[in-house]
Amino acid sequence: MILAILRHIFRFLLLLAVQVIILNNVQLGTFINPFLYVLFLLSLPVQIPRLLLLAVALITGLSIDMFQNTPGMHASACLFLAYLRPAWLKIIAPRDGYESDAEPSIRKFGFTWYLAYSSLLIFMHHLLLFFLEVFRLSEFFDTLLRILLSSILTLLLVIITQYMSAKPKGTI
Amino acid sequence: MKVLFQLIWRNNFTLFFVLLQGLCIYLLVRNNRYQQASVFNATNAVVTTTMEGVNYVREYIHLRDNNNSLAEENALLRAQLADARYETDSNRVLVKDTGHFQQYEYITAKVINNSIRHRNNFITLNKGRLQGIHPEMGVIAPNGIVGIVNHVSDHYCTVMSLLHKESNISAMLLRSGFFGSLKWEGGDPNYVYLKEIDKTVPVAKGDTVVTTAFSTIFPAGVLIGTVTESLVEPGSPFYKIKVKLSMRFSNLSHVYIVNNLMKDEQKQLEGFNKAKEEEP
Repeated sequence: MILAILRHIFRFLLLLAVQVIILNNVQLGTFINPFLYVLFLLSLPVQIPRLLLLAVALITGLSIDMFQNTPGMHASACLFLAYLRPAWLKIIAPRDGYESDAEPSIRKFGFTWYLAYSSLLIFMHHLLLFFLEVFRLSEFFDTLLRILLSSILTLLLVIITQYMSAKPKGTI
Repeated sequence: MKVLFQLIWRNNFTLFFVLLQGLCIYLLVRNNRYQQASVFNATNAVVTTTMEGVNYVREYIHLRDNNNSLAEENALLRAQLADARYETDSNRVLVKDTGHFQQYEYITAKVINNSIRHRNNFITLNKGRLQGIHPEMGVIAPNGIVGIVNHVSDHYCTVMSLLHKESNISAMLLRSGFFGSLKWEGGDPNYVYLKEIDKTVPVAKGDTVVTTAFSTIFPAGVLIGTVTESLVEPGSPFYKIKVKLSMRFSNLSHVYIVNNLMKDEQKQLEGFNKAKEEEP
């Protein structure tokens, strides 16, 4: 239990560092902007208490916001992701339900399930994030293009990271 | 009453979500104005320390470009020195310095964080309140304008970049003197649009665009860029002029913060007119 919490904290710090130090500084044209840090929220245990999930999402978002000088923007998008997550997990639940300590991952639930799980949540997160940034509808199609391209890149990075991360020894 | 509490308890997830969203939107809206300090802005210690580390590497990568730009500026300044000039006018009267006030003061600063890919971009500089920086001071670079200071901490300040949807800078065509407002419409960080220029004004490709003397933020005549094309929107009496910025935001490293020593005087004077307009 303690080990699992430590693992999540370590993952949070690592993803925050990667996001702030590397991804925020890599230039991929003016349209594309990946946000790999959402992997942390995606990887939280399935059975995490819902209010705790919201609190964790708020802290994650505000941490990213501090580095981008956009107080509230990422926090708002993260909260939205956290709000949708329990319902979406329920809809796409496997026939025999989830184990009590399960964490969403490709290794555990398979590629197709994970793609369905993460793509919708990443898209909704980016949708709110980019529209909050622009805050007007007059650049609708430009913004939509940015959302689509960035979501695809984030999804790609999330999947690559999943394959790259080491296999946990035994079941924790 | 019991039913009400049960209802609230059953929907606590949604309620909590809505409350926290409200908090986020409040923080977000507050940050888009000047002079609103907030705990979660990019001037706190953890953020600035990290950014200085990141910038250390970035500065190294752009060393060649920065050296070139500084060398160019040195050459320009050298050319302005008295001993680089030949006296052609023998009848010139010597004007004593007491005839001039100093109106603008320039404070050098280093960029420690910069973004160009967002719709709203901010820059962090390594000068702050202790060096006399205040919100609403202008920031310029050797070859163009950069933005306006919005948050200040003891040693750092953040700058609302020209590449921000709320940035709105008064600019004019140097050749004809007609003025309009400068806006960035997103996308390419090398181009901005000059709007509200009358359609009857002659505009040619390559015309220089500079700042006006209207704002109390920038000195007049600071180079902004050159005209690349002028578009006429159907039904509008104005041009929409595409301007190529003379400065590249992507490798910005050394800038000057402009302190207008006579700003308060101008603002106070203009305040009288505003107060009168509102009276009746």
